[in-house]
Amino acid sequence: MIAPNVAGAWRYRHFILSSIRGEIRARFVRSRMGGLWMIIHPLAQAAIYALVLAEIMAAKLPGLANDRFAYALYLLSGMLGWSLFSDLISRCLTLFIDNGNLLKKMPFPRICLALIVAGSALLNNLLLFLAVIAVFALSGHVPGAQILWIPALMLLTLAVGLGLGLLLGVVNVFVRDVGQVVPVVLQFGFWLAPIAYTLDIVPPSMRRVLYLNPMTPIVRGYQDALLFDRAPDIADLGVLALAALILLGVALALFRRASPEMVDVL
Amino acid sequence: MLSWFGVPVAPALEHWALRSASFDLGFGEAVGIVGQNGAGKSTLLKLIAGTLSPTEGEVRINGRIAAILELGMGFNPEFTGRENVLHATGLMGFSRETVLEAMPGIEAFAEIGDYFDQPVRTYSSGMQMRVAFAVATAFRPEVLIVDEALSVGDAYFQHKSFARIREFKQQGTALLFVTHGLADIRTLCERVILLDKGRMLRQGPADEIVDYYNALIAEKEAASLAVDQVRHKSGWLRTRSGTGEATLAGFRLTDAGSGEELQSLRVGQRVILTARVQANEDVPRLVLGYMLRDRVGQTVWGTNTWHTKQVVENLRAGQVVEFKLRFTCTLGPGSYAFSPALVSSDTHLENNYEWTDNALVFEVINTDKQYFIGTNWLDAAFEIQRDGSE
Repeated sequence: MIAPNVAGAWRYRHFILSSIRGEIRARFVRSRMGGLWMIIHPLAQAAIYALVLAEIMAAKLPGLANDRFAYALYLLSGMLGWSLFSDLISRCLTLFIDNGNLLKKMPFPRICLALIVAGSALLNNLLLFLAVIAVFALSGHVPGAQILWIPALMLLTLAVGLGLGLLLGVVNVFVRDVGQVVPVVLQFGFWLAPIAYTLDIVPPSMRRVLYLNPMTPIVRGYQDALLFDRAPDIADLGVLALAALILLGVALALFRRASPEMVDVL
Repeated sequence: MLSWFGVPVAPALEHWALRSASFDLGFGEAVGIVGQNGAGKSTLLKLIAGTLSPTEGEVRINGRIAAILELGMGFNPEFTGRENVLHATGLMGFSRETVLEAMPGIEAFAEIGDYFDQPVRTYSSGMQMRVAFAVATAFRPEVLIVDEALSVGDAYFQHKSFARIREFKQQGTALLFVTHGLADIRTLCERVILLDKGRMLRQGPADEIVDYYNALIAEKEAASLAVDQVRHKSGWLRTRSGTGEATLAGFRLTDAGSGEELQSLRVGQRVILTARVQANEDVPRLVLGYMLRDRVGQTVWGTNTWHTKQVVENLRAGQVVEFKLRFTCTLGPGSYAFSPALVSSDTHLENNYEWTDNALVFEVINTDKQYFIGTNWLDAAFEIQRDGSE
């Protein structure tokens, strides 16, 4: 199952690359700030939260109680991871529906669609990453060597996001309610991870619930690597990585089985 | 959805867009697919192209298929023509190097000049179609499927497109052609498949199936439709259909002067076409229409008595009407046939009493005019003058 997918993707690499280029160019068309809007949204969101909750949260951050910017930076670290995840989920959700015409009329390796979404989302996130580092540096907090964990975390987020996203995307073709429910669930998911708050304010019994959220270990990993300058929790991430790979496998298998019926419904 | 996990579930509602269609296609052969809207033509093409999976049966292909199901598939309006060529050929699975090599040829075929490096959204729809067609036919496939995509574009480009398709056919490509333009099907395809409501009704030689299809379209109540087809020794196929309230009792060509019945005409001869029509039931309005067609099925001349404002009214059962058409045979040498129709208004769609394709076949011979080629004889003469530089 892997080999033909990889072969197909390689043969169509130019199509994948030019599709990603097309998406990016579309953002700059007749737009002054074009690509910047992709990062202004999460930055603005972080700014709002910081403005509202800074007073409450600043005291809770270990070792940074006196740092005015600590909470804002804490938020940004978590949001960097979360925005990649939510971006992937949202796009994958409508991926097959949006490309319905192409799927019905042109034979090509379907995996290309997933790779285009992944490439595009990754590029966005890279831009956001640069912006986050800039904010960190400006507030006197240059990230340490642990920053090298970020690419691995990004890859892990990619695996989780794509796996879940493709699964939901396929089901959404047949049961359109999924497309309506997922944004709500994503909202819950955001608050079910320690992005806007720290883990210690959560009572121990509730902490287990937080760890049901696959993004929790990842978000903590981002925060550890960027802000607290310590290595992320390998054990948690390792388990998650395994689960993510299995999820991806399931998603691809499901896509294969559902594919013939999908074109009838699109 | 449960069926994905291996649970056998009977579907709540089944609709067969296409069922039990079977045929073979060889290299260099062209097959046309005709049928009314909803007959299953596009479904058949998608099955062959590989985007739809058959619920029953299989599709076996030898070689690469190129399907032109929709022109401009995969085009991004913000990309230039050149970039879209690279993008779309990427979608078809070609490597960048191959496409860059072929790019000058594609640009030349599309013939849109400097616009090739402008965003496609600035193109007119005709220009978009040109580029799309140039891309789709840039590399010769083993099997080419064309789905009504050639009905747009100006006449010049349509000619170019057809020429390219014919070239592919000569080089061995198998063609599958879906169109409502029946004249195109006649000139390009040897065989035609007729689909109706998801089933394959008939398949066979092009002229036979196209004439049958014409008869089918005129059908109002299936009960009164009778189509009978007989092939002459000469190779012409006579197809007769209709509801039968009025029928042709006699149909012949005679010389205008001597009255002698003719099988072959001379270029320039004055002739009379006589049609005797018998009313089998009361017919309120009777119109006689006719088409004169050449060997390849192109209509040379045709009109009907509705257009000439000579409608016969209030015909009683048993009465006979004689139509005499006087004309000068200005046709070029060749084989021709008259196809008369007895209808009640300007077309056969209201009432089709009797439609006979190729009821009368005749030859035209050039006996006393200067040598010429073509379907028509023009009373033409040259006047030649040399420059006075003796």
